[in-house]
Amino acid sequence: MKKYLGPLSKDNPILVQTLGVCSALAVTAQLKPAVVMALSVTVVCAFSNLIISLIRNTIPPRIRIIVQLLIVSFWVVLVDLFLQAYFYDISKLLSVFVGLIITNCIIMGRLEAFALSHKPWPSLMDGVMNGLGYGLVLVIVAFFRELLGSGTLWNYQVIPKALYQIGYLNNGLMILPPMALILVGIMIWIRGERKGVKE
Amino acid sequence: MSDIFNIFIRSVFIDNMVFAYFLGMCSYLAVSKNVKTASGLGMAVCFVLAITVPVNYLINKYLLQPGALAWLGDRFAQVDLSFLGLIIFIAVIAGMVQLLEMVIERYMPALYMALGIFLPLIAVNCAILGGSLFMQEKNFPTVAHSFAYAIGSGLGWLLAITAMAAIRERLKYSNIPEPLRGNGIAYIITGLMGMGFMAFLGI
Repeated sequence: MKKYLGPLSKDNPILVQTLGVCSALAVTAQLKPAVVMALSVTVVCAFSNLIISLIRNTIPPRIRIIVQLLIVSFWVVLVDLFLQAYFYDISKLLSVFVGLIITNCIIMGRLEAFALSHKPWPSLMDGVMNGLGYGLVLVIVAFFRELLGSGTLWNYQVIPKALYQIGYLNNGLMILPPMALILVGIMIWIRGERKGVKE
Repeated sequence: MSDIFNIFIRSVFIDNMVFAYFLGMCSYLAVSKNVKTASGLGMAVCFVLAITVPVNYLINKYLLQPGALAWLGDRFAQVDLSFLGLIIFIAVIAGMVQLLEMVIERYMPALYMALGIFLPLIAVNCAILGGSLFMQEKNFPTVAHSFAYAIGSGLGWLLAITAMAAIRERLKYSNIPEPLRGNGIAYIITGLMGMGFMAFLGI
């Protein structure tokens, strides 16, 4: 079990490997879309890893990128249709970023680096763990952005009304895109401070 | 004509791929270590966007949209193939990149030497697929609009990665706290640059 836990912290896809940053930042203004996004990526990553690993010995190496893209986009279309059917408002909020899971480098990176050379079961676990490691960062960033930016969590008011009456203001900067980058930068800093630098 | 120009300016500065939508961040962070390679990749992205977005626009308009097949006769007017959008777009992009690589290698060896290693990487650059998806969302009236959008986004990306590479080259000489070096400071600088770009919102 222990060998699968790396992506959560030691080899975190966003903080350490700098993979899949694109979508990570755009959906984190609120907690809810961030959690949905994290789950979608976990599902896509896990199952495309599994399928690629099942057919790894039959894919001709020259066209493997196209095969991988097709399998990933198959899962992404499934997730997209599922979200549109059952969580329409969230799917509107995520807009193109669900589609962009296809080009999320975490997924392609794991397919190339892991699924092509490992058995199905470890590949599935690797996919799940990388998805969760990605989700962890998303949730942390979204937590701070929603709490400080709109005073809510999961759309519920957390900061008491009384505080606003004595002059507390939401930090509008937190909602804007650049703050997501700065928060991730700070997370890398804190992580580096604790674990020692690895460059 | 003027709205085409508007779309162009808007996509370079206001809706900048990197600063407003975080598209193509992975290669943006990985390749922005020196100006020369960064601008090479930027140019390749610009080039591929300018070709794939109009192609996908035509495919979307005449094959995929609800009712797009009306030109085949009344029987096809109700067909809605939009669920195929993602798969077709990514296939067009992967195919185009492969094709471009071969064409450039054959006819423009100098450009191939400059872009060569970056071209295959571009198929999985989110900025390219993002360009096509935003094009679909924005519903441009003609193919010229989508072309202006593609060129604008590409230039915006080129601008962002070149500026970042220039800053990072300078950063080597500055004294940054040890754990923040490398990617940490790169994120924070991108955030600050993004705030700078927000000043263009008034245009």
